[in-house]
Order: sequence, then C-alpha cells, then structure tokens
Amino acid sequence: MAINKYLRERFFPHLWCPGCGHGTVLNGMLRAVDKLGMSKNEIVMVSGIGCSARISGYVDFHTLHTIHGRALAFATGVKMSRPELNLIVPMGDGDALAIGGNHFIHAARRNIDITAIVMNNRIYGMTGGQYSPLSGQDIIATTAPYASIDPSFDVVELSRAAGATFIARTTTYHVKQIDDFIKQAILHEGFSVVEILTQCPTHFGRKNKQGSAVDMMKLYRDITTPIGSKAKQENPNLIERGIFVQEDKPEYCREYEKIIEKAMGS
Amino acid sequence: MAKPILKAHKIRSDWCKGCGICVEFCPKKVLELDEFERAVAARLPDCICCRLCELRCPDLAIEVECK
Ligand SMILES: Cc1ncc(C[n+]2csc(CCOP(=O)(O)OP(=O)(O)O)c2C)c(N)n1
Ligand code: SF4
Ligand code: SF4
Ligand code: SF4
Repeated sequence: MAINKYLRERFFPHLWCPGCGHGTVLNGMLRAVDKLGMSKNEIVMVSGIGCSARISGYVDFHTLHTIHGRALAFATGVKMSRPELNLIVPMGDGDALAIGGNHFIHAARRNIDITAIVMNNRIYGMTGGQYSPLSGQDIIATTAPYASIDPSFDVVELSRAAGATFIARTTTYHVKQIDDFIKQAILHEGFSVVEILTQCPTHFGRKNKQGSAVDMMKLYRDITTPIGSKAKQENPNLIERGIFVQEDKPEYCREYEKIIEKAMGS
Repeated sequence: MAKPILKAHKIRSDWCKGCGICVEFCPKKVLELDEFERAVAARLPDCICCRLCELRCPDLAIEVECK
C-alpha cells in the first residue's frame, strides 16, 4: 500500500484495542502526508504520553516520544532550531488540554508553525478511563462514578481565542475529512489544530453504554453536522464539523528570524 | 471519468482485529467476519471500489486496488 512506506511495519499489528479510533487517525494522517508527496525526512512527529501518543512509534518519520503534556514544548524547540522541517504533534485530549493545556494555549498564541492533532476520545484511555477536560457533564469515568459535573472545553473555541490560525474538526466516521483537514493543516503556515473525535470503546464506550466501536462511529455520524448547516439551526446540540478558522498572521519562527537579523545589525 | 474497476481487495488477516467497522460501513455489504473474527471479502463482485473500508480500518489491514 502506498502509505505503508511511512510505517514501521515491524511494530504491527499495533497495540491499540480492536476498533480504537486512534488507528483511523493514523490511517488518515498518512494519507495526508502521501497526498502531499512528502518524504519521511521532512517530517518530525512529536508526541507525549497516552494511547494516542503511541502513534509516533508507528511512523517512519523523525519521531520523538516525549513526556505527558509536553509534546508541544519539545516540538517548539525542534521547530525553532530547524524551521524548515514540518512538525506534527498528535495528542490525546488529556495530553493536549489537561496537563498540556498551558503549552497548548501558548503555542497557539505564538502562532508557531506546528500541526497539532487532538485525538479526542473524551477520556484518559491509557490509564484506565479517568475523565478529562473534554469529557463534559454527565459522563461516567473511573474518577466520576456518579457522573462528571465538569463542563467541557470546546477545542475549536479555545484554540480560536488562544490565537490558532487554522482550526478544523471532524470524526473517525468522516474519514475523507481526516486526510483533507490534516493536509490543509500541514500546508498552513502557523499553528494549526485539527480536532478528531475518536472512539475509545474500551473505556469511554463501555462506561457510558455507547456500545461497540461501530455504534460509537454511528453516533459521530448522527451527532455532527457541517458548519452552519440547516440541521444545526434546528438542533443546536449538534457538533459542527469543518474548517472554522483559516487566516494568515505572522508566524513565530519568521518573526524570530527578523529579530536575529536585527540583532546582527543587517 | 470511467468508473473504477476492482483489481484486488487485500486483507492482512494478521493485522485485522475483527472490529467489524469495514463490514458495517461497506455500502455494498461486500465484507464479513469469518469464524475467527477476521474480515473477509465474501461478495467481491459487488465491490464498487469506494475504498471506504481501507480508509476506515483502524488497523491499516485493508488495501483496495482499482483500475
Ligand atoms: C506527568 C505525568 N502525569 C500522569 C501520567 C499518567 N498518564 C499517562 S497517559 C495519561 C492520560 C492519557 O489520556 P489522553 O492524553 O487523553 O490519551 P488517550 O490515552 O486517551 O489516547 C496519564 C494521566 C504520566 N504518564 N505523566
Ligand atoms: S484504551 Fe481506549 S484509547 Fe486506549 S487503545 Fe484502547 S480503545 Fe484506544
Ligand atoms: S476494519 Fe480492519 S481491523 Fe476492523 S474488521 Fe475490518 S479489516 Fe479487521
Ligand atoms: S471498496 Fe467500498 S464497496 Fe469495496 S469492499 Fe471496500 S467499502 Fe465495500
């Protein structure tokens, strides 16, 4: 298969559970890279810790598997020293927005040219199903056995307010959007966020009685709608999919180059 | 554009984990799980080469080749 050239096949079959949406994100991400005709050597994937973060072990790019919540900090260092490389940072919802929330908003504020992929399964998969800042209210988790009372962040609104210049959302059901949005996010110069709703049948699905991976994907089909659709006007509870923000603003590494030039007196 | 014609539908059964995603969402109901819970292409002549099974498989176990 064309995308297999980007895989470390020796680690397959991968460790994710049957039906885990993270594999579909990997699948779509590789198709985006393939469609862009990128070579392995021009991509650096940096990940933290979580089931989602294991993705960096499976791709044959330059990869850094770092520490929980800090992937964007490591990626910022790589990008600042080698701005010609393309940085892709896949994160779980906990990794990105619980422990990593601070790095997330500041990377967005700087508009550094990194593609952040939030693999949002609304739970801590790897550690056994604790609730996350994206679980939302009325969700059962090991740390919320009677249901979570915490409201959830909205990844799109949070990213927008923090300054991200490309923001998109889709789900593992809508696979063609996965590679399309990731492709556009990679091409965009600035901080790009692609949120992908991805099923964790083992913890989120089981605890919240959402059934199998197939049932969870059908739910994504039924509870989402294209941005600004008529369905959304009729039912405000639907979650919008699509590209929310795409704008040009000064990129951090470019600004830094200017400061270097200024300091050198040229 | 001419309709794509199926050349080969390959399933790596050693990578397949039997989640049933490809089976459920194939628009032509081409696929099935066998007695070992592995995906198999049971009705290949019905395949319309849409590749949705390949794109959705979380285990990257499917490859659809079209002409
Ligand atoms: C500093 C630190 N704190 C906590 C942990 C334990 N830990 C490992 S993964 C994880 C959360 C995983 O959830 P998420 O990032 O949403 O990814 P998922 O596993 O759901 O893909 C936590 C809390 C850790 N490894 N390091
Ligand atoms: S625990 Fe959940 S997130 Fe982790 S591999 Fe299993 S299904 Fe995926
Ligand atoms: S989607 Fe992939 S892993 Fe799931 S049953 Fe089909 S071939 Fe197997
Ligand atoms: S390519 Fe489309 S029609 Fe053919 S088996 Fe896959 S999902 Fe079914």
